[in-house]
Amino acid sequence: MKDPALVVAGLLTLSAGTFAFRFCGPVLRQRIAFPPWAGKLLEAAAVVLLAALVATTGLTKGHGFAGFARPAGVLIGGILAWRKAPFLVVVLAAAVTTAVLRLLGVP
Amino acid sequence: MGSIYRTLSGGALRDIALACLAVWFIGLSYGAIAVASGFPLWFPAAQSVLVLAGASEFLFIGIVAAGGNPLAAAAAGLLVNARHLPYGLALPDMTGPGRPWRRLLGSHVMNDESVVFALAQEDLPRKRAAYWTCGLGVLLCWPAGAVLGALIGSVIGNTSAFGLDAMFPAVILALIVPALRDRVMVRAAVTGAVIALAATPFLPAGLPELLALLAVLTTIRRRPTP
Repeated sequence: MKDPALVVAGLLTLSAGTFAFRFCGPVLRQRIAFPPWAGKLLEAAAVVLLAALVATTGLTKGHGFAGFARPAGVLIGGILAWRKAPFLVVVLAAAVTTAVLRLLGVP
Repeated sequence: MGSIYRTLSGGALRDIALACLAVWFIGLSYGAIAVASGFPLWFPAAQSVLVLAGASEFLFIGIVAAGGNPLAAAAAGLLVNARHLPYGLALPDMTGPGRPWRRLLGSHVMNDESVVFALAQEDLPRKRAAYWTCGLGVLLCWPAGAVLGALIGSVIGNTSAFGLDAMFPAVILALIVPALRDRVMVRAAVTGAVIALAATPFLPAGLPELLALLAVLTTIRRRPTP
């Protein structure tokens, strides 16, 4: 670490801000009455955010394509999850697939 | 804890335990990557407890290791973590009446896994039991994995050779598969993924996921008016 003080400042900023996000949602929900359709909409929002997170962390590295090995591993994991395989099997299959492909020289 | 075991079905408890085990494994890779990127051991340990949100921690480590400003890395992490605000709006009250520390801890253990398991349960007592069990489990497993990973990080030189980077997206994907019950949700999720991917080359890290929220609009059109 080049500048420990600045890195700690970044760590504390991220910690405090993340806690604020977590704390404010339930508080706002209590103050404002939400109709049922709004709840459904917000649930859809959470799923969409997570799907977007899967796409970006599974397929991209920085601003570009992550190569084929990682998406292939995630795809195998996704198929196993869809077939209701145990959680750990899904995660380990994803890692093993990616590792084997890299071993074979796939980027 | 006794009431939690009675409230949750064996299947739900097993799924939560496996999710926590997976979190522990990802924590291993996170700690190892952090140390391999030049961070001291205490850093992934402190970050895993204080932030307790894997994607943003990987992002922070990655940006700072690449020479980025730590405050910019924190801003990127906050963009990724902004999803916790709609989580809180989407969930019914998970803490219930109680002392302030309960509400504070209840907020801190809100994460992707605890929210998904809570949403999957049918009634409020089960939602609360799933939320707390998974949330506290992640609070234990994520830092434990991170510390152990940091300790063995110097042994494993090249973490990408072990496919550890495929674990995080696989975990999140496995978590949202049950929520993709109907065509409307599938279309929204796919649209969101496409928006995020299309935006990634042009926007700073964290923004593509937030832009993907536009995909929620696809669910409104199809829903009958209330």
